[in-house]
Amino acid sequence: MEGFVALYIFMLAAFTGYEVISKVPTILHTPLMSGSNFVHGIVLVGAMVALGQADNTVEQIIGFVAVLLAAGNVVGGYVVTERMLEMFKSSKDGGS
Amino acid sequence: MNLENLLSIENLINFSYFATAILFIRGLKLMSSPVTARKGIIWAGVGMGIATVVTFAHPQISSNYGLMLLAITIGSVLAWWSGKRVAMTDMPQMIALYNGMGGGAAAAIAAVELVREYTGAGLTHGGVVAQVLAVLGALIGTIAFSGSLIAFAKLQGWMRKVYRFPGQQVVNLLLFAGLLFLGYKLAFTHFGGMDLYLFFGLALLIGVLMTVPIGGADMPVVISLYNALTGLAVGFEGFVLQNPAMMIAGIVVGAAGTLLTQLMAKAMNRPLTNVLFAGFGTGDDGGGGEGPEGSMKSIEAGDAAITMAYAEKVVIVPGYGMAVAQAQHKIWELTQLLKDRGVKVAFAIHPVAGRMPGHMNVLLAEAGVPYDLIYDLEDINSQFPNTDVSLVIGANDVVNPAAREDKSSPIYGMPILDVDHSHNVIVVKRGQGTGFSGIQNHLFFADNTRMLYGDGQEVAQKLVAAIKSL
Repeated sequence: MEGFVALYIFMLAAFTGYEVISKVPTILHTPLMSGSNFVHGIVLVGAMVALGQADNTVEQIIGFVAVLLAAGNVVGGYVVTERMLEMFKSSKDGGS
Repeated sequence: MNLENLLSIENLINFSYFATAILFIRGLKLMSSPVTARKGIIWAGVGMGIATVVTFAHPQISSNYGLMLLAITIGSVLAWWSGKRVAMTDMPQMIALYNGMGGGAAAAIAAVELVREYTGAGLTHGGVVAQVLAVLGALIGTIAFSGSLIAFAKLQGWMRKVYRFPGQQVVNLLLFAGLLFLGYKLAFTHFGGMDLYLFFGLALLIGVLMTVPIGGADMPVVISLYNALTGLAVGFEGFVLQNPAMMIAGIVVGAAGTLLTQLMAKAMNRPLTNVLFAGFGTGDDGGGGEGPEGSMKSIEAGDAAITMAYAEKVVIVPGYGMAVAQAQHKIWELTQLLKDRGVKVAFAIHPVAGRMPGHMNVLLAEAGVPYDLIYDLEDINSQFPNTDVSLVIGANDVVNPAAREDKSSPIYGMPILDVDHSHNVIVVKRGQGTGFSGIQNHLFFADNTRMLYGDGQEVAQKLVAAIKSL
């Protein structure tokens, strides 16, 4: 991928991230932080590639740690976000 | 291009990553409204699932499938187990921990790439830009990793002290300069193994040094900042690996996280630079301002209950103290009793109530309080003059009128809930102390304020019993 294409991707992604959450109410700050924390768990994909092409012990160890940490980021981020959001109810859906 | 090429494994993977990027953005968008938030995380989860599964077929992965599955299993099981059993009150530090893991993973990817270069195998995809971004990602990811772990330890109560020494900022600056120099070497020159060790060691150290002087009250802003940094690191490593899903998701989170950090800092009336480079909530600001006039007047639970039961409108202002006392379920019971008697009840939440913005909403949601009874600061402040009783439970600084009136107060200028404008104020409090920040609260001495002493849960229990017996 050429450098400038990447620069465009970065620029557009930055504006997207900014716009997407610019109107978020305070009540969702914590779950949203947790949700965006889950989204950067996509690092798992990169960690898998890094481990998958490791051809010596040092690289294997670091790659293994990368995949393990990334999997923790993904699963932990999902579980806590889902747990928090599951509780948000309006009085119309029978509140208590 | 014939059909066979179109359906190649590469195209399938690229198309899946593309779909994942869409699902992530859609998910985040849905997560910014309480009505659709739950759907949002599920969509994002579907995207993550697709991306992970197709990556097993990635052409660059040639071996180590067993190790990969083992690492995924261990990481997932541990995170699943901890995520399921963590109490809602401990959520902020858990987010910090998972975020640190993401930062660590991004740094480890960079480490693998740099080791490949050192051993002569070369970066997966060459080029100066890739070199620079690999090093930058490593730097940011490592700082986010060690910084998040310290934030976790602090909020978990494993590290209570705030460490400061004279000239700390100068030392940090020098170390950072050294780090940048090493980074330059890694990116542009032939480097030695020692340079690699030093680079990562120094980055870890800086993450620690940046975080230890920050007080507990400011920690949410810092966690949010590290969240944004991890996003950036992931985006940069995505470029190094030529993986558009990582690039897009990482940078989207980087930008969203930066905005979220700013919103939080603004809600706390603390410019980000202050959070990072000055102390607050650390004790060294002292009391601030002269002691207020008048005295504290106490009230019994029975009388407080009667005042509320015959009121037209009651506003409940919960703070972290309520959550610590596990009183939210009793408070919700109290609310239902009052509503049955025809009293209008609303919850007023300060942006920094709890340990991070929105944390209190999560805790109230856990107790079953519907979110349409809960009001933000801007929406509720105009209602206080028409409010008969404000019940403050476990909150302190966020209702201190000194923030409006007393220029010498360390919290001067912070937006507060104007409970002192309501007809009556009842403050539930353990004792007469000044609490978390050590700042005297003028509200407690006001003529229309009554102090209801006791543990939050017990007091709530008594109030419920008293109203039931009316």
